[in-house]
Amino acid sequence: MRKKEMIAMILAGGQGSRLKELTENVAKPAVSFGGKYKIIDFTLSNCSNSGIDTVGILTQYEPHILNNHIGNGSPWDLDRIDGGVTLLQPHTKKNDEGGWYKGTANAIYQNMRFIEQYDPVNVLILSGDHIYKMDYGKMLRYHVTKGADATIGVFEVPLKEAPSFGIMNVNEDMSIYEFEEKPKNPKSTLASMGIYIFNWQVLKEYLCKDELDKKSENDFGKNIIPDMLADGKKLFAYPFEGYWKDVGTIESFWDAHMDLLKEDNGLNLFEKNWKINTRQYTYPPLYVGENSVIERSLVDKGCEIEGEIKNSVIFPGVKLAAGSKIYDSVVMANTVIDEGVTVERAIVAERVHIKKNAVVGTTGEITVIGEDRTIESPAGKGGDKHVK
Amino acid sequence: MLNDYMGVIYVETSFDNIRALTKIRPLASVPVGGSYRVIDFALSNLVNAGIRNVGIFGGMEDLTSLMDHLGKGAEWDLNRKKDGIFIFEGMLDTSFSGNVKRIKKNMEYFVRSKQKNVIMMSSHMVCNIDIKDVIKKHEESKKEVTAVYKKVENANEKFDNCDCIRIDKKGEVNNIGKNLFFRKEENISMEIFVLSKELLLKFIFEGIQDGSYYTGRDLISRNINKISINPYEFKGYLSCINSTKEYFDFNMDLLNKKTRDDLFNKDGRLIYTKVKDTPPTLYKEGADVRNTLVSNGCILAGKVRNSILARGTVVEKGATVEDCIILQASVIQSGAVLRNIIVDKNNIIKSNERLSASKNYPLVIEKDIKWDKDNYFSFVDELGKYDDD
Repeated sequence: MRKKEMIAMILAGGQGSRLKELTENVAKPAVSFGGKYKIIDFTLSNCSNSGIDTVGILTQYEPHILNNHIGNGSPWDLDRIDGGVTLLQPHTKKNDEGGWYKGTANAIYQNMRFIEQYDPVNVLILSGDHIYKMDYGKMLRYHVTKGADATIGVFEVPLKEAPSFGIMNVNEDMSIYEFEEKPKNPKSTLASMGIYIFNWQVLKEYLCKDELDKKSENDFGKNIIPDMLADGKKLFAYPFEGYWKDVGTIESFWDAHMDLLKEDNGLNLFEKNWKINTRQYTYPPLYVGENSVIERSLVDKGCEIEGEIKNSVIFPGVKLAAGSKIYDSVVMANTVIDEGVTVERAIVAERVHIKKNAVVGTTGEITVIGEDRTIESPAGKGGDKHVK
Repeated sequence: MLNDYMGVIYVETSFDNIRALTKIRPLASVPVGGSYRVIDFALSNLVNAGIRNVGIFGGMEDLTSLMDHLGKGAEWDLNRKKDGIFIFEGMLDTSFSGNVKRIKKNMEYFVRSKQKNVIMMSSHMVCNIDIKDVIKKHEESKKEVTAVYKKVENANEKFDNCDCIRIDKKGEVNNIGKNLFFRKEENISMEIFVLSKELLLKFIFEGIQDGSYYTGRDLISRNINKISINPYEFKGYLSCINSTKEYFDFNMDLLNKKTRDDLFNKDGRLIYTKVKDTPPTLYKEGADVRNTLVSNGCILAGKVRNSILARGTVVEKGATVEDCIILQASVIQSGAVLRNIIVDKNNIIKSNERLSASKNYPLVIEKDIKWDKDNYFSFVDELGKYDDD
């Protein structure tokens, strides 16, 4: 293999239990998002658009749908002769080492042989479950210019939200002097995005030491970063200005979809110079019927819409019968909605059948319907719903 | 599961009545139905029958647009190490009948291919047909050729200039004629034929020697008295796209659910096409869209009725689009009013335009590439904004 300047490692093994029914059969990065994508498509497309040609994807929880989605990586130009995409499952090694990943750092540690074969100068560590557009090439140039051992992507969050994040305290030159995990009284509003560029030779050393520390949680934020700081390594914060959302909860997942419907939203799926690539499926065009009303919504191909849709994101292959309404909702692929239904402030997963005159939502909270359910009138009978 | 058939698609030279749409591309790569090209239907019919070796034979027109659309055939699962998709130019033209070297080179494709039988199709006969069943009936018939036809009752209005099949009392095809709009009922030839490769090559070489080599369908009609031909009746939706009016009518037929079901997903047979990375379509505040087929990546804020919108169409608030076909990446500005118009790719219809035509004589606004005579380099910048040709 040729030496690589930087390879990317995407942490995609998380269950995402806070997404409840949406992740009962699928890993969080493979949850559908944005009318036609999967969550991981944003990170993968960022790699592709940034010119990164070698990506390892670390899977663990319910990986099958994610594995099928990634395939050979061709939708993201990652079907390469030298590099490309590799799916990395947990596996045992000699002497019963390895097994399930114990933490983010342990996941990388267990795949050191994968990384070593590319002999990279730097390793980019990414989460597979955030929604954003970022040019990692700019971050790499920043990393090199600063002469950093590690560079951490940071995002300015509102002060009242800072206690929910890992906060980076920095000097004027953006060098990091302290890292605080979920501080009660934050000194800064620079939240770690969980995006790191490490010099590989430095990181390798710390991963090996960390693995020997039985008390360690093998986590980048809790262990590796503080250890590097304590040893006086050069760590820098890379400020990111743009749309960024961790869609880890039902509320943030729904909010992110509503963000897409705003005028001049920061994510802008329509931007030609930074396309979000995904695996494509075969559907005919969307048909909008004689009596339809569709406003302030994203609707994908394969749908047949005879009813009313407002403030919603509709995935491919959805059938909406006449006299039915969808408001303020996310409706995923191949869901069928019969006559006289109202869906309001809801997230409806794939292949749900909502039968005649049923009512979903209208409680004011966000209602979640898991995949392959059948919903009869009144709501809740014959299926389930989660009301926060 | 392998079968012993290869597919041959004839890309007809342009018909006179559809020149506005075929000046810059062959008919086979003219966009239809918002998301497709004409050739997608023939190609999908073949691959849905398990055929994995397809040769596409064009005439003298520039096939760049078609080759760009097909690429290596990945979307039809034809990007193969063994067999796959092959494109040949300059095959169907009398002026080349004497060019033995060119013909011989193209014939190598047939000789090198391992399959013993051929299914020939035209790209402009648009349908969703079960080729597996055609093959089955062909083999059961024991006849040398099978010809596919559709019995229609509007041959006095549609299928102008199409071939017609005559079937004798024994149930064989005994003649192939022309539809001249005289009769209502006709057996319209769908220009789909099944025959052995050996027989096809025999016809081709004899045609060359006789100095009268023409299109694929002519091979059959010229030899009609020498062979036995089994007729196969097709009963689904069929459109022959050979004029601007037929192109317009076909697109409008797609607004009918029965037609869409017949065409897009008949018995699980999908129509594959090249798919772009475009987002879902955005309907803005005030969007008023009804009875319309919409592709991906559109941004809609105006009034749209009874229309077909291809990928990346923008209809601004205050614009009106009725009974129109808008092709890729066109912008209909606020205040514009369009009726019975076909807007080819990359056009901007300005806010003060009022364009109207009739259903029988739809008007084509031809594909536009902005050309600033005072600054040639703006051409390069403009090109960068387009998705494809």
